[in-house]
Amino acid sequence: MSDDLPAAFAEIADDFSAATTRQRLDLLLEFSDELPGLPERLHDARDSLERVDECQSPVFLTVEVEPDADRTVHLFFDAPLEAPTTRGFAGILQAGLDGLSAAQVLAVPDDAPMRLGLAEAVSPLRLRGMVGMLGRIKRQVRVKSG
Amino acid sequence: MPVAHDPHPSLAEYAHPERLVTTTWLAENLDTPGVVVVESDEDVLLYDTGHIPGAVKIDWHLDLNDSVTRDYVDGEGFARLMGSAGITRDTTVVLYGDASNWWAAYALWVFSLFGHPDLRLLNGGRAAWVAEGRPMTREVRPVEPVPYPVVERDDSVLRAFKDDVLAHLGSPLIDVRSPGEYSGELLHMPDYPQEGALRGGHIPGAVNVPWAKAAAADGRFRSRAELAEVYLDGAGLTPDDEVVTYCRIGERSSHTWFVLTYLLGFDHVRNYDGSWTEWGNAVRVPVVQGSEPGTVDT
Repeated sequence: MSDDLPAAFAEIADDFSAATTRQRLDLLLEFSDELPGLPERLHDARDSLERVDECQSPVFLTVEVEPDADRTVHLFFDAPLEAPTTRGFAGILQAGLDGLSAAQVLAVPDDAPMRLGLAEAVSPLRLRGMVGMLGRIKRQVRVKSG
Repeated sequence: MPVAHDPHPSLAEYAHPERLVTTTWLAENLDTPGVVVVESDEDVLLYDTGHIPGAVKIDWHLDLNDSVTRDYVDGEGFARLMGSAGITRDTTVVLYGDASNWWAAYALWVFSLFGHPDLRLLNGGRAAWVAEGRPMTREVRPVEPVPYPVVERDDSVLRAFKDDVLAHLGSPLIDVRSPGEYSGELLHMPDYPQEGALRGGHIPGAVNVPWAKAAAADGRFRSRAELAEVYLDGAGLTPDDEVVTYCRIGERSSHTWFVLTYLLGFDHVRNYDGSWTEWGNAVRVPVVQGSEPGTVDT
């Protein structure tokens, strides 16, 4: 089921799949807690971050693509502590995609967020926010690696 | 033994002050026997990031809804939920949550369908408690399950279905959504994801009073005089009117249902939980677009 996902993302998907609904929420909370803050150098550049309209809470993201041969991708998110579900989604994408090559990120299937078994715990509607984040990440990678 | 009401003067002016508690009262009553504090949020993880000590979590999506049919849990499901939360039929339940108590008011409304006697809302909700620097914890205390009787849900008094609303056309309806949703420009809340209504607009004759008009800047309810200005003078309601409130799925309109019923003393307010996600998808129901209530064709 997770054959076409990058290794780190597939591992996260497998962890979620193996968990009970309650444990899935605990896992999501861990990702929320561990979401790295914006690096200092981006603090003043908040205006340049892209707002994810698909999410109900204010969440912003930006993508950096290194000039190396792989075009290594780095992801940065800014989401309030009062929105732990959204932070959790961002944390999963950060842990699952950061450090991959641009080509690998672009190859991630658009429905990857739906494969975490979270629909039951957080409602499919909320998951659309995560699909929206992934779509925006891929679009930024496409523009910035082109 | 019933738990004494919060005598705080700020609550006394409301029609049913016994339905509200202040943060001060709650802080003093966290360990009072017979009191159970329930957090109900929009964000299903928010409770887990920290909550009022001893509070239990009830999730609108997982706990209050039937998992298959679009409906609430039945009497047995409700008895299980309450019992596992340590709530007996005699328990004083104090609800609070995020977003100025939207979801707490929604849970309170669903609990009311089962006639739970003593339900109170924390005025100002989670935000007021946090703003005052009061204690929050991640500790989830083990709950000793207690027996709760199986009481069948009574949908006849507080709940309106689509057919009830069709029969009610021409009588007072309050649409508590944002002006953009009311006029039909938006099919969902501003800043919220699309939630699938095929038609935009409002139910003919419905007056638009966005729910937030009942909330002050700090998330607490506005004073009774201010509420009267909004709902009596502004929307033209009188307390003996039969009123139906609605929004998108019935959560914001639970907030207004609470305000009309317990703060202003209306006796006949029903919440239409099907709301716009039903009406805006239903075939051949009348819809009005634009900022005017419009008329009902008879």
